[in-house]
Amino acid sequence: MKLIELGDGALTLEFGERIDPDANARVMAARDALQALGLDGITDMVPTWRSLTVHFDPLRLPHDRLRQALLQAAEQKSALAIRRSATPTIVPVCFGGEFGPDLAEVAAATGRSEGEVITALCALDLHVALIGFLPGFPYLGGLPDWLDLPRRATPRTAVPANSFAIAGGQAAIYPWQSPGGWHLLGRTPLTLFDPANAERPARFAPGDVLRIEAISPDEFQGLREHPRHA
Amino acid sequence: MLEILACPFPASLQDAGRPGYRHLGVPLSGALDPEWLALANALAGNPPDAAAIEMRLAGPRLQSDADALFAIAGDVDARIVGEAGTHAVAAWRSHRLRAGEELRIDAVRSGVAYLAVAGGLEGRRELGSRSRYERADLGSPFGPGMTLKVGASGTPIPRRLGVVPARSGGPLRVIPGPQRERFSDAAWDDFLGGEFVVGREADRMGLRLDGPRLGHVGGADIVSDAVTPGAIQVPGDGRPIVLLADCQTVGGYAKIATVIGADLPRLGHALPGTRLRFAAVSLEQALAARRAAADALGASLAAVAPDTTEPDLAALYGANLIDGVIDATN
Repeated sequence: MKLIELGDGALTLEFGERIDPDANARVMAARDALQALGLDGITDMVPTWRSLTVHFDPLRLPHDRLRQALLQAAEQKSALAIRRSATPTIVPVCFGGEFGPDLAEVAAATGRSEGEVITALCALDLHVALIGFLPGFPYLGGLPDWLDLPRRATPRTAVPANSFAIAGGQAAIYPWQSPGGWHLLGRTPLTLFDPANAERPARFAPGDVLRIEAISPDEFQGLREHPRHA
Repeated sequence: MLEILACPFPASLQDAGRPGYRHLGVPLSGALDPEWLALANALAGNPPDAAAIEMRLAGPRLQSDADALFAIAGDVDARIVGEAGTHAVAAWRSHRLRAGEELRIDAVRSGVAYLAVAGGLEGRRELGSRSRYERADLGSPFGPGMTLKVGASGTPIPRRLGVVPARSGGPLRVIPGPQRERFSDAAWDDFLGGEFVVGREADRMGLRLDGPRLGHVGGADIVSDAVTPGAIQVPGDGRPIVLLADCQTVGGYAKIATVIGADLPRLGHALPGTRLRFAAVSLEQALAARRAAADALGASLAAVAPDTTEPDLAALYGANLIDGVIDATN
């Protein structure tokens, strides 16, 4: 564990250098502990797989005070327990077909049937390790090792919005159309980012637990939400 | 209402940005030079963080459907075109734009400039900010044919700035890290000793730099962690990328150093072709510089005063009728 300066207006508390669910649990615990202190001058707290970065105004919150608070917060170890008892959010996903053009390839690469891949995904508790890359883009941990596939050799120039995808041992859902090299398995009808909701513009936040529920194309049409930016 | 008649170069509506949402992947955004934004606003009688138009290279052509007071912070060629003819408008003081007159910002010679209108510009406000962030369609788009609502301003008084601020040269000061150890000492020496030139790939997200290639120890890729405006990422090709206001919230390239807060406004002026150097400072020096910059801005804002030199034409004509032309030419 170490504290690193990201310029003079941000400090990073680093728990490790790899993708690590245990490190992420400690990150979330530290985030919660720091938040509870309600320090004046903090503008943003950004958790990642392995670190917590605090953006702040050093003219309002002295570096030494924040350092001390972060080192204390780093000792918190409660998040893992909290996460295990958290109620999962259900995320409907329509797998395969035009929504999941890589499902067959992923099934073949892992030596399972498409149905087995879907059943396995729906049995998992996926946890939101961080949001990044794009507004509202969740990096999800909790995949079994056999679903740890490298990114596609040639990234797509346009991954459709709402695609559910996996790569590099993680899952993700694209809130926006964007270039991307992950394997597309399906699509959710949910709106993932809504700027009109200032309280919670992104549907998912770091620390959330998600459970995937397979739906049919008809159910997808019925559940489809219409985000402003679709 | 302000109508955008033409806009040949990128311009956008910016305010103090969108803090508080970076954990959800929403960039900070906001003015590249928040100090000049504050000065433009002060000259227009607005709070320091009201939304204004950020311009680079050249600005838009605008027309107002009502009398308005505006001010420009920056080094620009600007003029007002109306039925009474054309006249140049100077930066760093406020001017009146009459209904139907056209304001043309022909050239922006400083790296960036701000146009503030009394009452502030009321574009779409989302997640606490009117700043435009293109990739997620946050804040109002800005382009020809669009209109911007001007907020209520009462009867603003013209103002001017005592001393025109300059953006000094000199190396950009940096704090080493967060991943300084991912670079050899030779790369570190090249970074501090070399001269870099801003490349063509330069926008509000960041600047790609040409210059000495900075080699890594153990590869360029890291498991993504948070980045911030001013952070200097170095991908595998060894060409540094300096991040700016619209940068993503996390990044997967090793960061050799971070430009200090006091020098970020200056960094916001860099354009393709701009030469940059870097100098390492301690945290204590960075904080002292930040305090000094805040004090200097405070002093500049305090020096914004009513413009008593604005020609009052009615009074001038009246005076001439009584005193003749001698006094008027003295």
